[in-house]
Amino acid sequence: MSKSAGFRVAVTFVSGAIFGLGLAISGMLNPARVRGFLDITRDWDPTLAFVLGGAVAVSAIGMSLARWMRKPLLDERFHVPETRLIDRRLILGSAIFGVGWGMVGLCPGPAVALLSLGLPATILFLATMFAGMAVYDHRLGVGLWRRAS
Amino acid sequence: MAAYISGLYGGMLIGLSAAILMLANGRVAGVSGIVGRLLQGVQTATGAAFVAGLVVGPILFRLLSGEWPEVVLTASLPVVVIGGFLVGYGSRMGSGCTSGHGVVGLARLSRRSVAAVATFMIAAVATVYLMGFFV
Repeated sequence: MSKSAGFRVAVTFVSGAIFGLGLAISGMLNPARVRGFLDITRDWDPTLAFVLGGAVAVSAIGMSLARWMRKPLLDERFHVPETRLIDRRLILGSAIFGVGWGMVGLCPGPAVALLSLGLPATILFLATMFAGMAVYDHRLGVGLWRRAS
Repeated sequence: MAAYISGLYGGMLIGLSAAILMLANGRVAGVSGIVGRLLQGVQTATGAAFVAGLVVGPILFRLLSGEWPEVVLTASLPVVVIGGFLVGYGSRMGSGCTSGHGVVGLARLSRRSVAAVATFMIAAVATVYLMGFFV
């Protein structure tokens, strides 16, 4: 492993730890709080809006700085999606994701971070989430979606 | 009120994490993308490092605050199983989740991410609304 590759791994670990700490502080590791935000007609809990607002505000400063840089500090180029297409796959996938997120109140970040608590129900969620990812990525459903698009 | 303040601070840390990953490595801090690639055996060193960091985060919280974060999960087992599968499948199909499209995509003013976030918010709100009649 080259020197900069080693630094990239170290920075990624630190970034993940800050992300996980932020999730814990924000209350977003708690599915009840997430569902409380989504439950707009009953007992609405606006916390998630503060979390997302704070996250996007700070993130945007970083993304703006990145636009002024020819390349990132530790790599030769930025690895950001080039496609600008808003297609059926994006919308249908996001809708499917939203249904699962609403059902349980967990999304991938908290599901992974909660491994630290070792709760059986969140580990089960993570396992089926991995299964869902693997099924999509191995294109077991490709025939169906190809016909749909 | 205190919950909103800690939500804001925690959110700002999440944003800082995303900014660091972009400025240092030029990478999107999108958990479904990172985990999905890890499962495919792509970018395993950085993927494993990010996952390890995510798991360490709540442990840091425990060390700093003296308590574990509160977790209340009321969903029944079948709901957890189906919900987990849909979250995994949908986030890969839609090329992102709350972190990649939400925290990074919105900050980059990506039109794709705005569309994705609007879609999964509406779908999630509708799901919680409808489930409220059965549970």
